[in-house]
Amino acid sequence: MTPRAAPRFAVSPTQALALFTLLLVGAVVGLEVFGSGYLRTLAALTLINILLAVSLTMTNGFTGLFSLGHPAFMTLGAYVAVMFTYPVGRRGFAMPDLPDMIRDVALPLPAAATVGGLTAGLVAAVIGLLVLRLRTHYLAVATLGLIIVVQTLALNLDGLTRGGRGLTGIPREASLPLIALCTLLVVMLCWRIKHASIGRAMLAVRENEMAARCVGIHAFRLKMLAFVLGAALAGFGGALLPHVVSVMTPKSFGLMLSFNLVAIIVVGGQGSVIGAIVAALAISLGGEALRGLEETFQLYGITQVIVAVALIAALMWRPKGLFGLREPLVRTP
Amino acid sequence: MSDYAIQQIVNGLSLGSLYALVAIGFSLIYGVIRLVNFAHGDLMMVGAFATFGLIATDHVPWVVLPLLVLVAGFLSGGLVERLAFRSIRGAPMITGFIVTLSVSVALQNLGLILLGAQPRNFSFPAVFRERVALGGIDVAIIDLTIPAVTLLCAVLLTVFVKTTRMGIAMRAVSENTLAARLMGISINRVVLLVFGIGGALAALAGLFWGGKFGQIDPLMGFVPGLKAFVATIIGGVGSLPGAILGGYILGFAEVAFVGFLPAAYAGYRDAFVFGLLILILLVRPSGLFGSTEEERA
Repeated sequence: MTPRAAPRFAVSPTQALALFTLLLVGAVVGLEVFGSGYLRTLAALTLINILLAVSLTMTNGFTGLFSLGHPAFMTLGAYVAVMFTYPVGRRGFAMPDLPDMIRDVALPLPAAATVGGLTAGLVAAVIGLLVLRLRTHYLAVATLGLIIVVQTLALNLDGLTRGGRGLTGIPREASLPLIALCTLLVVMLCWRIKHASIGRAMLAVRENEMAARCVGIHAFRLKMLAFVLGAALAGFGGALLPHVVSVMTPKSFGLMLSFNLVAIIVVGGQGSVIGAIVAALAISLGGEALRGLEETFQLYGITQVIVAVALIAALMWRPKGLFGLREPLVRTP
Repeated sequence: MSDYAIQQIVNGLSLGSLYALVAIGFSLIYGVIRLVNFAHGDLMMVGAFATFGLIATDHVPWVVLPLLVLVAGFLSGGLVERLAFRSIRGAPMITGFIVTLSVSVALQNLGLILLGAQPRNFSFPAVFRERVALGGIDVAIIDLTIPAVTLLCAVLLTVFVKTTRMGIAMRAVSENTLAARLMGISINRVVLLVFGIGGALAALAGLFWGGKFGQIDPLMGFVPGLKAFVATIIGGVGSLPGAILGGYILGFAEVAFVGFLPAAYAGYRDAFVFGLLILILLVRPSGLFGSTEEERA
């Protein structure tokens, strides 16, 4: 990287985090007081996108794994969480195959989402042992396959998921402040990791795995950590989503979402947390703005076309994404 | 062998041929410019709809139609290369990956907008759907046509790659792009040709896919495209015989899974395909025919 002049305005990583917290709290308070229901839902979905994009930044951006499997872990986390939050009285009808042990266990959303995240992390640990031996496009296809495997399972295990009909009437427990808190925690975690020795080790693995191993970094262990942690956070974020929209189907999180998430982190710059946040904001809000256009002109699908074309253009213009690895306006030691 | 088993073998043969046709292009493209082209499967959709349109005109004789579809596939493959992929050649692999995914998403959604989301019925002339008795069992003619044409294409392509000047140029580029350029080979022309050939074969697969399954829609290409990628990987990315063999292995495995296991498992078909992929990659990480790439610091 060429040395660049120090920006006139720069903050330390800790100050940046404080600034982000302030902005987030301000936005949430503002929306809670003045915002409409529509705006609050939009903000909730945007924040979840940020959460997901930042967690994917750790797996793909810091460590350079090319995983497309986020939606698989999201689906997993979501279904597990819903098993604990679904109204107990209706479980006999909607989920007849639910194990007796948890049939009457009702958990509040934060606990249920944590269970969902842990399950996703656990599954990722097993899968990771297998697929993390693979590199680059092999890993990408294996994780893409994972999405299809999980979707197929969800479709066929209809005693737990109601199959293709999907689960409806999931309690809308995910309030905007709760989601903002979750997003903040995930961003803090990833930010801390990036600026700690473990994050630097991850970046070293990404830049040159063999050189990293030569200086004593246990590359496979780090990759596992990034993969499992990313998956757990994906499961956690995925668990929040059905509690915003109150519906969950096997196709809720699919290939298109995987594409959008990877697009976000590639446009933001592989490994830049701020880049991921900015790109997630832009794609979520821009996509929503275009959706109005879609309905006016009856051109369903044009949003995805525009996002795709914009993405190609962005990558021709800046092949390394908006910020590359850098965090704009943040001083790095 | 029972009639049922033979029927399943014929099924596996024709499904495998379709995967092989798509996988060849995948493998060629990867071999020449090391690009994993996710949009490749969607060219199958283009081919299927080109066929659909040509049938609808009612003026195209049946001998000419596949040739026109090949031309359509060749042109769209080349066009995609020229518009989207040329400018990112040599970019980091992940960038290439994302751009091909974007092209795929754009193609699918353009298809949805221009052609509508409704699946279209697709009918070949009755002669292809007729069944002939073959050694005691009867098979649909289409299931015999597909492997025959695939075989023909594979032979022609192999001859082309082995003997013609352009074929030699292709192999040279895939061996060492820089050296090939120094020898005066026009890289752009070779890459354009490779995308064209890949597109043409994928379009032909689209024609057959419509004929075999009777329905086409704008999203039909993506999952078969992924499976063709799986086939390519099984055979070893970049190897032509590997791609063909991988296609057949996948086709047979899929048919065997659905045909010989209890019907309750049929829903798990796609899960099985990708499970198989992970399994094979664990045993032979570079596929059956691939050469192991040396790790360099």
